[in-house]
Amino acid sequence: MRTRWLTALVAGLLFAAASGCSGDGGGSEDGRITLRFQSLAWQKESVDANKELVREWNAAHPDIHVEYVQGSWDSVHDQLLTSFEGGEAPDIIHDASDDLADFAYGGYLADLRGLLSERLKSDIPQRSWETTTFGDGVYGVPFLQEPRVLIANAEWLEKSGVRIPTPEKPWSWGEFRTITDELSDGDGKYGVAWPLKEPVSATLNLSLSTGGQLFHRGADGKVRIRFDEADAVVPRTIHDQVNTDASAPGSTLGSGGSDTLPGFFGGKYAMVPLGFSYRQQIVQQAPKGFDWQVLPAPAGADGLAQGVSPQTLSVAQDSPHKKEAAAFVDFLLQPRNMVRLALGDWMLPTGTEALRDPALRTDEHGWAVGAGLAGRLRSAPAQSVRGYPEWKDKVATPAFQEYYSGAIGVGELRKRLVEDGNLVLARYQR
Amino acid sequence: MRTRRRTRAGQYAALLAYLVFLAFPFLWLVSTAFKPPRELGSLHPTWIPRNPTLDNFRQAFDEQPLLDAALNSLVAALGAAVIAVLIATPMAYVMARHRTRLAKAATGWVVVSQAFPFVLVIIPLFLVLKNLRLINSVPGLVMVYVVWALPFALWMLVGYVRAVPAEMEEAAAVDGAGKVRTLVSITAPLLAPGIVATALFAFISAWNEFFFALVLLKTPEKQTLPVVLTHFLGAEGVADLGPLAAAAFLATLPSLLVFALIQKRITGGMLAGAVKS
Repeated sequence: MRTRWLTALVAGLLFAAASGCSGDGGGSEDGRITLRFQSLAWQKESVDANKELVREWNAAHPDIHVEYVQGSWDSVHDQLLTSFEGGEAPDIIHDASDDLADFAYGGYLADLRGLLSERLKSDIPQRSWETTTFGDGVYGVPFLQEPRVLIANAEWLEKSGVRIPTPEKPWSWGEFRTITDELSDGDGKYGVAWPLKEPVSATLNLSLSTGGQLFHRGADGKVRIRFDEADAVVPRTIHDQVNTDASAPGSTLGSGGSDTLPGFFGGKYAMVPLGFSYRQQIVQQAPKGFDWQVLPAPAGADGLAQGVSPQTLSVAQDSPHKKEAAAFVDFLLQPRNMVRLALGDWMLPTGTEALRDPALRTDEHGWAVGAGLAGRLRSAPAQSVRGYPEWKDKVATPAFQEYYSGAIGVGELRKRLVEDGNLVLARYQR
Repeated sequence: MRTRRRTRAGQYAALLAYLVFLAFPFLWLVSTAFKPPRELGSLHPTWIPRNPTLDNFRQAFDEQPLLDAALNSLVAALGAAVIAVLIATPMAYVMARHRTRLAKAATGWVVVSQAFPFVLVIIPLFLVLKNLRLINSVPGLVMVYVVWALPFALWMLVGYVRAVPAEMEEAAAVDGAGKVRTLVSITAPLLAPGIVATALFAFISAWNEFFFALVLLKTPEKQTLPVVLTHFLGAEGVADLGPLAAAAFLATLPSLLVFALIQKRITGGMLAGAVKS
């Protein structure tokens, strides 16, 4: 009797499993298509802009309904990976370009080359497309990006009489070091505070300005790490500001950007290097009357070049409605819509047409400075290097942290980044 | 005498320090939830907000479906707690009273299963639930939570059952009570505090669980509180701190309430589990 019950239960489960295998593919009996759009927008203005755009699309396209799904930056990689493996991924995927490589190489994302309109292709510059190009395919549309800028205490800078940099006449790295030294009083007031909880991407992206590449692809297609003099300029500046000049506090090295804001507002630091979108937090949290301004990051031999990993929109390879999904992406990234998304996220659009919008050229809140930097933003150096996440976590992060805190010298930093690093990369390139 | 007094004072001081240490995150969370943005960015933060505001709560409710999420969390956590206890109690009784090789092996397996990392099981689990059409459903999530809570619940309950003297059941049998009557009238009341403590464990772990809920629930109306809380976080750890603190404070309230309501029973349950016959 007991055996019979057990058999029935197992059979029932197997039947349920078998019958569950067929999906509806996002279609319905009345022919209406439903697409799921997973957005990572999180700030109120940004969520509102995304939802409004979805509403507008749905109103204009009764046959293709888009469902807005809220995702979160904190866990998007694991969540997407599981969804891809389970065949349940959203049709339209919002992510960052530096998260796409594994998904693209894994065959989870659709190659967009034949799906996107000519308008969109030509509106976004090639240097931005490079951030989402893996192998021969294009696996995402880069649409929002942010440079790292210096947020400065305007009153402090004005009183000190230092030259105020602009995108046309930025500070050099040497000048920056001299100025931060000048602004410090050696008694608890610092010229700059570096929030370097994530030291690797900050250092590598800023090092593009000095011609630093670190990752070099050889004729055999394999990537190797080299730490040349050009790669050392930015790290050495930071190291010396903390350990030689005492113009930057060591205490913020392990902090995130938000953690340094109270000290910035409290007049402890004259400048904080932050992502462009931090301006929203500053507007919200700065004490009344606090005068701040946005300055370009220092320039090196390659000018203001800087590495970025733009936010992207991709289409899932498993989506049965790739053409419709790409049409929605095209709608979302019409120039006027891209402007709305950029304003909502306090970031810069990649689209040339959107970038010309007066709302993004105003001096208020430093928009004009950001727009002036947009042409110098490049693909982050490590963007498509397989093995980069492991190198970053196991080798580079501790090495940079120790170097910046003064525990090791530049020789040891070089040794670890290159020797240990190449061993890691070699495992991914056999 | 003086030494003993000093020792006691030291013990109290240590206890007080520990209590402060435990309370600090929660009190700071409450304080943050009532601070306006400008106070959040202050270099000299205060315990008591200078200009307390409810704006963070308003914003949190405006931006995210917190009530729906709380309801989903409640259904998932209560469902998991009740079902886990219903399944684990008879199993624990058998394992505690009949110490066979099978029971020992089962105990070993229960302990080992606690070592499985989430990422190891999530993809197979996802596929199974997908085939059962239980993705994006709270009942599906309850099933996962039950399976996840069962080993530890079982382990806890075995201890509680062992603490109930078998002699009492034998005495009841001698007095003519049948097996069912003995279980219902003698064993169950003695086991009640342990069952409550176990249910509470299952409830709290399901209430706080994030990863399974994140992966298994797709649409906003199905998501639970821990998942919705992450919507206040941006890239690279940037957070909308005020609304996040307000929402997190609200999310901790049910656990605190449940604890407050059944505190006595839990204490009894823990003591019962600690005593060996």
